[in-house]
Amino acid sequence: MNREELARRVLELVTEIAPDVDATTVIPGINFRDQFDFDSMDTLNFAIALHRELGVEVPETDYARLASLDKCVEYLQGRT
Amino acid sequence: MPSEFRLPALGADMDEGTILEWHVAPGARVKRGDVVAVVETDKGAIDVEIFMDGVVREIVVTPGTKIPVGTVLALLDVEGEPAAAVPPPSPTPVGDISAPSPTTVGEGGGEGPSGDRLKISPAARRRARELGADVSALKGTGPGGAITVEDVEKARAIPQPSPQPSSTGAGEGDKMREAIAAAMSRSKREIPHYYLSTTVDVTPTTDWLTAHNAAAPVTQRLLFAALLIKSIALACRELKGFSGFHRDGGFEESPAVHVGVAVALRGGGLVAPAIMDTADKPLVTLMDDFRALVTRARAGRLRASELSAPTIILTSLGEASVDAVFPIIQPPQVAIVGAGAVVARPWVVDGQVVPRQVLTLSLGADHRVTDGRLGAQFLARIAAKLADPGSL
Repeated sequence: MNREELARRVLELVTEIAPDVDATTVIPGINFRDQFDFDSMDTLNFAIALHRELGVEVPETDYARLASLDKCVEYLQGRT
Repeated sequence: MPSEFRLPALGADMDEGTILEWHVAPGARVKRGDVVAVVETDKGAIDVEIFMDGVVREIVVTPGTKIPVGTVLALLDVEGEPAAAVPPPSPTPVGDISAPSPTTVGEGGGEGPSGDRLKISPAARRRARELGADVSALKGTGPGGAITVEDVEKARAIPQPSPQPSSTGAGEGDKMREAIAAAMSRSKREIPHYYLSTTVDVTPTTDWLTAHNAAAPVTQRLLFAALLIKSIALACRELKGFSGFHRDGGFEESPAVHVGVAVALRGGGLVAPAIMDTADKPLVTLMDDFRALVTRARAGRLRASELSAPTIILTSLGEASVDAVFPIIQPPQVAIVGAGAVVARPWVVDGQVVPRQVLTLSLGADHRVTDGRLGAQFLARIAAKLADPGSL
């Protein structure tokens, strides 16, 4: 998957786990937490979705590296 | 003589709703626990389950109609032993939780029949109501065919016959705020609250959790809140007077413990749906249910029974980085537990000051039922359960 595809896929997953987030308003460089009040439940759901949809198992110690769209893409590149 | 299916009570702060959709038509066979209608409330769209088996004879209330709790929605021909199995419909709306039996939820399972539910985001639903658009006529272009705000706005260009726009000009957030204010005012007026708090060392718990989550597959990881929810449920089993309802001038301990979890909604406001039979669930099952519940709360897809069932509530403001919360009871309940953030603090262990992970637990409870002394024991009991996560 190239960077663009990956970003699109991640965005889909974010709106899937947080249906009350409007995908068109996501700013790639800003943490989900600061933009959408993402909490530990959202992060866990996101990790589960990444595992289910992309086959990537993210250890809890790496959760900080999923904090924003940009960081996610960075982290997932080479892992998918 | 057909049986009446009435709009059940939806919790302390909701006394009316607007029928959005029916999932059944006259002639349809239904069984206890089936989601038969979707009702728009101040707290989002709610799936309403039926609490009897039978065949739908007549739909009385059409979509788009705003009605108070207790209104007859449909008539059913009930099979077998009729009225006996049906809980009495509630004539008193606010706070009454007589309607659907909480046990039906467990049977229905976590996600429920969401498959045949109209897929629409809460934002799109809100926009549709503002515009008076009929969402059932729309085709969704969002993920999984979900109807988006854009779909609603596009469709608006085409004039459609629509149910009368129910909105009165007040935004959804305002209405939820009004509902919360009304319930909390009632609580403070009627309930002689007392408050307690205690700060406890939860390092063994966080260590256990870190180890568990490092070893478990991602789908079986736990959140700290899940351990706390289970601890509260077990403490409720051991000490009476905190889990149940104060109604008709007296307190009734609930035979089952259903811990409600306060969930903040991103658009503002909060709901507190229940994890059913909390004390009986293994942690991983409890966590699955907790996760599904939060997701559905935020998607505006809760079930009526989940909103009316909580026998006690946990409000966990730890993520908002406060040390402690002094929670207000949601009537007809008689207790609410608050949890602040788990933070590293200097702590005295065996005469030495060491860094430990600590948590401030608090309790708001009802003096009509318990006193501070029992409340203190209750908090201590929760802390003791939490300190031994392996036994949860």
